[in-house]
Amino acid sequence: MMSKINFLRPDKNNLNTFLYLGSFLFFIGVLDVFINSFFRLNLTGFLPGFLSFLFPLILGFIGLYFIRIEFSGIKQLDLLNKHINTNNFNAVLSLLIIFVIIKSLPPILSWFVIDASFAGDTKDVCTGSGACWTYIKVWMRRFMYGMYPNAEQWRINLSFIALVLMGSVGYFATDRFKKYLTLYYVVIYPLIAFLFIFFFISGGPVFFDFSYGIIAAILSIILGFFIPAKYKFYYFLIVPLALYITLKYFIFFEEYIELGKLDGLNWVETGAWGGLSLTFIISFFCLIFCFPIGMAFALGRRSNFPLIRYISVGFIEFWRGVPLITVLFMSAVMFPMFLPEDFFIDKLVRAIIAISLFEAAYVAEVIRGGLQALPRGQYEAAKSLGMGYWKMHIFVILPQALKLVIPGIANTFLALVKDTPLIFVVGLLEIVGMLNLAKTNPKWLGFAMEGYVFAAIIFWIICYAMSKYSYNLEQKYKTDR
Amino acid sequence: MNFKLKDIVPQLITVTAVVLVFGFFTYNAQINMENRGIDFGYGFLSQESSFDVQFSLIEYDGSHSYFRAYLVGLLNTILVSVIGIIIATILGVIVGVARLSPNYLINKFAAFYVEFFRNIPLLLQIFFWYFAALRALPLPQDAEAIFGFFFLTIKGLYVPAFIWQNFSVFFYSIVAAIIAIIVIRIHAKRVQENQGKQIPVFLISIGLIFILPLLSFIIGGVGISFEVPVLKQLATTSFIYEGGVSLPPELIALTLSLSLYTATFIAECVRAGIQGVGKGQKEAAASIGLTPNQVLKLVIMPQALRIIIPPTTNQYLNLTKNSSLAAAIAYPDLVLVFAGTALMQTGKAIEIVSITMFTYLTLSISISLLMNWYNKKIAIQEK
Repeated sequence: MMSKINFLRPDKNNLNTFLYLGSFLFFIGVLDVFINSFFRLNLTGFLPGFLSFLFPLILGFIGLYFIRIEFSGIKQLDLLNKHINTNNFNAVLSLLIIFVIIKSLPPILSWFVIDASFAGDTKDVCTGSGACWTYIKVWMRRFMYGMYPNAEQWRINLSFIALVLMGSVGYFATDRFKKYLTLYYVVIYPLIAFLFIFFFISGGPVFFDFSYGIIAAILSIILGFFIPAKYKFYYFLIVPLALYITLKYFIFFEEYIELGKLDGLNWVETGAWGGLSLTFIISFFCLIFCFPIGMAFALGRRSNFPLIRYISVGFIEFWRGVPLITVLFMSAVMFPMFLPEDFFIDKLVRAIIAISLFEAAYVAEVIRGGLQALPRGQYEAAKSLGMGYWKMHIFVILPQALKLVIPGIANTFLALVKDTPLIFVVGLLEIVGMLNLAKTNPKWLGFAMEGYVFAAIIFWIICYAMSKYSYNLEQKYKTDR
Repeated sequence: MNFKLKDIVPQLITVTAVVLVFGFFTYNAQINMENRGIDFGYGFLSQESSFDVQFSLIEYDGSHSYFRAYLVGLLNTILVSVIGIIIATILGVIVGVARLSPNYLINKFAAFYVEFFRNIPLLLQIFFWYFAALRALPLPQDAEAIFGFFFLTIKGLYVPAFIWQNFSVFFYSIVAAIIAIIVIRIHAKRVQENQGKQIPVFLISIGLIFILPLLSFIIGGVGISFEVPVLKQLATTSFIYEGGVSLPPELIALTLSLSLYTATFIAECVRAGIQGVGKGQKEAAASIGLTPNQVLKLVIMPQALRIIIPPTTNQYLNLTKNSSLAAAIAYPDLVLVFAGTALMQTGKAIEIVSITMFTYLTLSISISLLMNWYNKKIAIQEK
């Protein structure tokens, strides 16, 4: 049944008319922009410039106005109205966003894929208007491993694979081993990682130390099975170290290796490390180091002893008040002045110390938040059981507080990963630094954009995954409480 | 006096350790400096610096002192921070509100923006804008005028300069308007408390802030004219713009990336703040007959601001500290001018790095003290 149509007030009685007319206008508006952007045809070219520009917007707006009918009874239409078409203002914004997406798709697509060059391995193939991914392909090893010699890069790969495998132990641990997991992740795993990275990747004479360490550890663990439980603690305190010293200074293992024609690993100085692997190495070590330091200062800040409290507050506020770049400057130019003359610390180690101290202050504040969030009853209950300061914190307070602050710690770690490119200040080149270096190579001038986009994608994936993971953890622990 | 050995010993050990470490460092520093023939002292600040800075807000050249160079760097840092904070706040509030929009597209668009810019290191963004995006701009001679006045070129943005006549009159008129508004506000509050009458303060304020400066133009003899930048040929292929104000590309790249990056965090603060106000508050306010405007002004905003302001101030602080990344693209900020060039020239590592850190420290601590004071003032008074 047709009733009188008032075009200024769409209503339900003429639903079909308005629906068809509105959809048609909306469709025409979108189609115009689509054809304009994908086929470079201007359908509205006959109109004056200004109107031609606004034409699709006006059409789409009228279309959306017509189909804005409440309780139309058509499920899809109601959903559409509710989500993008609640009022005139929202309709215009929705249209603008749709048009911006349609407009920006073709140039982005053509730059990324259609006009981009992938093949070949010289600059000559990059003649199109699109991106030159060949550049990334050729420089891939440098972006990943820095100046690390090509022949030795398997060491980095092997170390990372081993560390990832060892890190994922927690997922496969049976209940019997679950109680050792904390010990494993807090003490053993960082230690092994440290050995791996600083001895295996760096290689050279120190590599032998690494092998002695591994052999001593394996031998002492095997022997440990035959030691009565009563003495196990003292055994593990003394024997591994003793074995290590014996191996290093009395058995001269190096000679055996030479006799067996087993070459040691070539030494690669830390200045040659770089690329994405350096980003991982630095983030990893800073995380390991900043956590205990931060925890100590968080406890110090809540301590009852005024002097310890003031020192902790001073430490935390100092590092939080200065930019990381000046901290790195300090580690580069000021710190060597503070050390004895012949005492040299590798610049990577210096950078790691600087970043760790810097992030430790932030971690301390996060942990302090967790400590403060615990109800006072927890402290009182622990004290009433006769627990001392350390017992109370280790068994009652910290396990709860740390669980609370996992998302905060994850966010700090995220900030840390994003801060790693700053190490260019001390002359270390991780992936962004390598990009800046590659950009100035005379053979490959003019591909800054590709490099930055590539690095941005990599960082984005890492950081986004981490932030999603921390968000999931947050949700998980939220329901627990 | 309650004197316990148990309380004293740990503190004593800690303090001794700290003193020992510091003593060790100072001792080494002394020996090192003696060996290298450097003497410690801040006297160099008054010496002639003999280096030039490309972009400075105050008059500066090589004949000025190192202290002057420090001021140039500090002012440049403050400039980029202030511009960045203003843009980031505007953008952040818009995006934060858009994140809460019922409109699906706007919501997702804002979410996309936040997730995109937040998860890319700031330094990479600065490099991207400076080395890739801004390098694609036209040369001065090819640049087209934006609105007829602005010229965006590879050498920077050229904007018209204002040339004032009797600027002081205009300035005083604005000051007078602000004082008048404050007086009226206080008066209006008193009237409302005593008589329950409402005075349209907002309308009067808007009127005042427009009318008084306008009067200064008509009566006070204030005049304003623009100096539009004009293209000038230096050599056959070298052109520059003369007149007006030029903003170097470093400044543009830095402000862009800083504000785009920080805006994502501010947006999240704003979103959390508005979401943090319970739905019941809105409904309760509506049920006692407040209009939607009043609900927003009297109920939602005061509570939301209480949640929004502390983390946002933190973001302002972060932005100010992050502006030190300017050194990476050679924008002459405090770090580049002072901890970079001046340090290379004088070799006074300890003095210069300590001054730089102390400056940032003062900046941060004063802002955070202010924030703590404000926080205490607006916190809910619990009994």
